[in-house]
Amino acid sequence: MTETTPVPPVEGPVEHSAHDDASTAADDVGRAASATEVAVPAAAPFGPPPPAVLVTGLTKRFGTRKGAVHALQDVELRVEPGEFVSLIGPSGCGKSTLMRLIADLEKPTSGSIEVFGKTVKQARADQDYGIAFQQAGLLPWRTVAANIALPLELHGVSRKERRERVSELAEMVGLTDFVKHHPDQLSGGMQQRVAIARSLAEQPRLLLMDEPFGALDEMTRERMQGELSRIARETGAAVVFVTHSIPEAVFLSDRVVVMSPRPGRITGIVETGIGADAARDEALRENPAFFAKVTEVREALHGVPVAEGGREAR
Amino acid sequence: MSQPSAQLAGWSAFLDRFGRVLAPVLVGAALLGVWQYLVSVVQVDDVLLPSPARIWEEWEANTGPIREAAGITGTNALAGLAFGSVLGVVLAGIAAAARWFEGMLASVVAALAVVPIVALAPVLNSMFGADSEFGRRAVAAIAAFVPVYINTVRGLRQTTPLHRDLMSTYASTRWQTFRTLTLPSAAPYVLTGVRVASSLAVISALVAEYFGGPRGGLGAFISTSAATSRYALAWAYVGAAIVLGLAAYVATVLLERLVQWRLPAGGS
Repeated sequence: MTETTPVPPVEGPVEHSAHDDASTAADDVGRAASATEVAVPAAAPFGPPPPAVLVTGLTKRFGTRKGAVHALQDVELRVEPGEFVSLIGPSGCGKSTLMRLIADLEKPTSGSIEVFGKTVKQARADQDYGIAFQQAGLLPWRTVAANIALPLELHGVSRKERRERVSELAEMVGLTDFVKHHPDQLSGGMQQRVAIARSLAEQPRLLLMDEPFGALDEMTRERMQGELSRIARETGAAVVFVTHSIPEAVFLSDRVVVMSPRPGRITGIVETGIGADAARDEALRENPAFFAKVTEVREALHGVPVAEGGREAR
Repeated sequence: MSQPSAQLAGWSAFLDRFGRVLAPVLVGAALLGVWQYLVSVVQVDDVLLPSPARIWEEWEANTGPIREAAGITGTNALAGLAFGSVLGVVLAGIAAAARWFEGMLASVVAALAVVPIVALAPVLNSMFGADSEFGRRAVAAIAAFVPVYINTVRGLRQTTPLHRDLMSTYASTRWQTFRTLTLPSAAPYVLTGVRVASSLAVISALVAEYFGGPRGGLGAFISTSAATSRYALAWAYVGAAIVLGLAAYVATVLLERLVQWRLPAGGS
């Protein structure tokens, strides 16, 4: 480590309780007020802006031939505008299901989800969120430019505007020289960048990402993480990011939501305390405070309580 | 590496490139040579098997009528192919949207798939009258419909759950999803169906001419030439039929390539 590296301010003891207690929600609101000043310049005239995502009492069961699968049980989650929240947990903990519910790709069994104060159906119709999956899911017969423009095209944006927006987005993800290529001419990382550009096409205030870097090699993955956090900062969008990787979650997020399976539920929330303005670069990955947070998330995942002194000693 | 192996590699590359064109041409020429040899040296009866040279003479002498006959058969085949293909794509589109419709159509399609042209042609030809080409076109259309329909139904099922989810998150309408996702995914399958159908349409249009309808067309002339013992001329018409079938096939292969180039299917 070099001394010139800005050490991210890591807050002291971090709330790490079951999420349905009232103090957590209060903390979130307070936290949001400080973290989103930059991201949301024009606050609503009446009261604070509605949260990007508000999940209350959410339960989801899938009926299968072998009986009901309890995918999610009593999930409570609040994501503020401009906030970066990761969902992490072992397979079957329902993190992808939670994201799909927010995206209105699944219907909840009970409970409610609001996106910017609207129903998820309305939010989907209004294109309030952009989405990216583990597979890029590009249309192979379309060029990079036409893939990025797909949502705009579907929503009747004029050709001229589309061209301008595509060139902006292509530049943002560093693919300006490849807009005329077809997906099969690109590497996996480049395809994923096209998918991210596409998810940003409608300038959404919320990005939903389901393990978007899961299929990439480690080097590409780390570079993409850096780019994503830059993009999230530039656009001021809130992000709900599903991942398997603890360092990835800590590196990117303001808060890491830890989930556990059978039934899928939230077992803890770790504030990374890195701060929205802190540089997410190579130095951060080598920062002891970063390691401490990685350990904290890992322990939360394994259900071991974090010993206050023990963490400081590391 | 060593000189001989490099030379060998050069040779194999050469053979690869030219062999593909050269080999079939050589085989064709050899067959014609054997044929000519059988007739002129071994003295196989000229009536039984006219020599390639005689057939060529007839071809040259009757270029006009042959071309005209090929035009009639070709037009019938093309009209049948076009109508059958459009019908196949449209019905497949409905079948993909509504399962019950597909189930309803399944038995009809199965029946059409096995119905022999020889059975259908006389019926349709007398149905639409002796001076109408319509019966022949209908036969070609029925033959073309089946592969186009079956392939298109399969093609319309090629969308992935991921792509469907994506379209759903865009709040895309059913028609938008069909136009931007389902149809382009199906395009290669449709074209494969059309390629298979093109040969079938030509064969059907030709065979239908054996069973009534107006005078004219390659099939009609093959049968009248053979009936009047002008075997060399009959063979010349057969040659024209082969050329017509190949032309239809090559045209659809080129169309397929064009679509592949416009709508590449690789990548994610």
